[in-house]
Amino acid sequence: MTDAHGTDEALLVAEGLGKSYGRLTACQDISFSLYPGEVLAIVGESGSGKTTLLQLLSAQLAPTSGRVSYRMRDGVLRDLASLGEAERRFLFRTDWGYVHQDPAQGLRMAVSAGANVGERLMAVGWKHYGRIRQTASSWLERVEIDTARIDDAPRTYSGGMRQRLQIARNLVTEPRLVFMDEPTGGLDVSVQARLLDLMRNLVSELGLAAIVVTHDLAVARLLSHRVMVMKGGRVIETGLTDQVLDDPHEPYTQLLVSSILPP
Amino acid sequence: MNAPAYNFAYLDEQTKRMIRRAILKAIAIPGYQVPFASREMPMPYGWGTGGVQVTAAILGPSDVLKVIDQGSDDTTNAISIRKFFAKTAGVATTTSTADATVIQTRHRIPEASLQSGQVLVYQVPIPEPLRFLEPRETETRRMHALGEYGLMHVKLYEDIARFGHIATAYAYPVKVNARYVMDPSPTPKFDNPKMDNSPALQLFGAGREKRIYAIPPYTQVVSLDFEDHPFTRYRFDAPCALCGAEDAYLDEIVTDDQGSRMFVCSDTDYCENRQAAGHRGSESAAPHKERAHD
Amino acid sequence: MTTMIDIIDAQKSFTMHLQGGVRLPVVRGVCFQVNAGECVVLSGPSGAGKSSILKMIFGNYRCDGGSIFVRHEGVPQNIATSEPRQILSIRRSTIGYVSQFLRAVPRVPTIDVVAEPLVATGIGRDAARERAGRLLSCLNIPERLWRLPPSTFSGGEQQRVNIARGFISDLPVLLLDEPTASLDAANRDVVIRLIDEKKRAGVAMVAIVHDDEVRHMIADRVVDVTTFAAAA
Repeated sequence: MTDAHGTDEALLVAEGLGKSYGRLTACQDISFSLYPGEVLAIVGESGSGKTTLLQLLSAQLAPTSGRVSYRMRDGVLRDLASLGEAERRFLFRTDWGYVHQDPAQGLRMAVSAGANVGERLMAVGWKHYGRIRQTASSWLERVEIDTARIDDAPRTYSGGMRQRLQIARNLVTEPRLVFMDEPTGGLDVSVQARLLDLMRNLVSELGLAAIVVTHDLAVARLLSHRVMVMKGGRVIETGLTDQVLDDPHEPYTQLLVSSILPP
Repeated sequence: MNAPAYNFAYLDEQTKRMIRRAILKAIAIPGYQVPFASREMPMPYGWGTGGVQVTAAILGPSDVLKVIDQGSDDTTNAISIRKFFAKTAGVATTTSTADATVIQTRHRIPEASLQSGQVLVYQVPIPEPLRFLEPRETETRRMHALGEYGLMHVKLYEDIARFGHIATAYAYPVKVNARYVMDPSPTPKFDNPKMDNSPALQLFGAGREKRIYAIPPYTQVVSLDFEDHPFTRYRFDAPCALCGAEDAYLDEIVTDDQGSRMFVCSDTDYCENRQAAGHRGSESAAPHKERAHD
Repeated sequence: MTTMIDIIDAQKSFTMHLQGGVRLPVVRGVCFQVNAGECVVLSGPSGAGKSSILKMIFGNYRCDGGSIFVRHEGVPQNIATSEPRQILSIRRSTIGYVSQFLRAVPRVPTIDVVAEPLVATGIGRDAARERAGRLLSCLNIPERLWRLPPSTFSGGEQQRVNIARGFISDLPVLLLDEPTASLDAANRDVVIRLIDEKKRAGVAMVAIVHDDEVRHMIADRVVDVTTFAAAA
């Protein structure tokens, strides 16, 4: 297999990953590989451990057991725990993106949209104002934000615009992997649809790999190739998204699927 | 005229040692903010408690002290700090930049070039240049440690986006010795180039924030900028109205209630020296006009 | 003659955990082959498992047992045991599925809905749109509708959009789930002609059609699904 979706080298590998807080186990025994260009949805209800898992995968939390490895741009697969803080932070603002459910967490609300998008570029050493601004402007266009609003702060933006701005801010350094935590949560249904469509296009155009945490199976169906169903901190079912959603095997997955209205 | 009621230079010896250790560390790591156990001083925060503690720690009996506030030797703040050390340390004081061994300053660097052996002590209100965009001290310290300074350019970007040019006119961030980004205290950016490769030792004290940092002599200090919006040291439209200096930082002086005003050197010592040497501006006081008839 | 699909003893049942774990057998002992350029029609009454077999071939339903080999890039791949990303790769370049129902993303214009499978195989967007346009014209979707998302269309129009989307690419295997149901005679003939073109291009097809006339026109072989009926 030679296309972007079928590269034989995994981008991110989780092995026996677990996290517990004293006697409380947030997730345990999670293993999978994510390949370049692949979109993985992690579904499950609140408290199922999906957000903890996302934080473990993105090295924001240290696992109690197991490990996460990531293939760096030089092609070497490295244990995230072995990276120095500087390397990890560099990874986080270049090769990775992280889209928060609440855009206020992922944006600088008092700083203009242009600077929000340009920040990662400046962080990697861009020193030409005109080029930074032009790149920011073209990204605003790609996420369908009127470029006339480039100098406005995101606190003057609507919820959907803020979320799209957050996406632009993350994608400007052309990351290979984006983590998304309930990216459409808290948005109107019509706004959600537009955002989903946009994300779907960007992910396929850029060949992005993504790990999307969501409780919304419709989001998983639209965005992801593969889905992992979590319950009580464990992955109880995993497979192709349409396979798991159309032919669920586990009782809990059947309950999840039967709880949504047909598309 | 040693006042026996005070230890030399007011602070006790242990405190001075503690501050000297912080200063030595600051000199060893140019631009790095060293925490120190800032003491209560007999003046309010914001009046130069950081600078005064640094001065107290480095002053010796043979030093000659000059204190300036916004370039001027004769404002309340400058006079009271000068008197404070005259009383508690018995050191000689001066208004002459050339004669001073230690110069404590608020918001200016003297116009006259500093010499090797001189020490310039800055009073600093907020030492953290990243605070404008990142309020978490834990995070800013980590950013300094890892040299993550993209945020500094975000601030400059915002300036250009809003005003068309880098509008930051004071506390203009610099990179020291190609490593740490530093806030040069609220000096006008006009003074930034004077910090670069200066023969004098520059010490910065922030009393309320409990930080000391330093630029050792002959250290590279670069003002941050963009390739297409380079750092510029602005020029004034007219020379000093008193001494005719064209290369000095000018203050606006309102001269009556009709809106009349003039622009004169903020560095009073520099201005007086120039006038004494015969330089004249458009508004020179009457006695000097006699020179026209010479 | 190249065997494109080779199904050996495949079986499938559903366990309904929400209904107290009732086990619903669907099919067992499914065995048949499909060659390149051949259209096999599955026959049998409703509920016999025709759609399930199509979905098993597509990898949409999982097999409980047996194998489903699909020739993918020259090598038979067992869908029943393939990894998700292998199945995705097979779907991208080998198997197409045309269902009666359109599952389209809101907001995407019809022309792009149709062109998408081609774009996914690496053909330029403009070229893909041109081909999509030709196919839409063939299927009598007026050009003024092309820029609109199909979610606003009538049921028949949506079905034709879906057919266009299914037929646009050059995949060597096509699964057709009632492609002509509820189409008028003219459009039905268009679909029959499209199927015929695919056959000549060597595409292996498995179809479900209820219309006897259509079945007669497209089927090279009929496989009676009732022989795979699984006893409860």
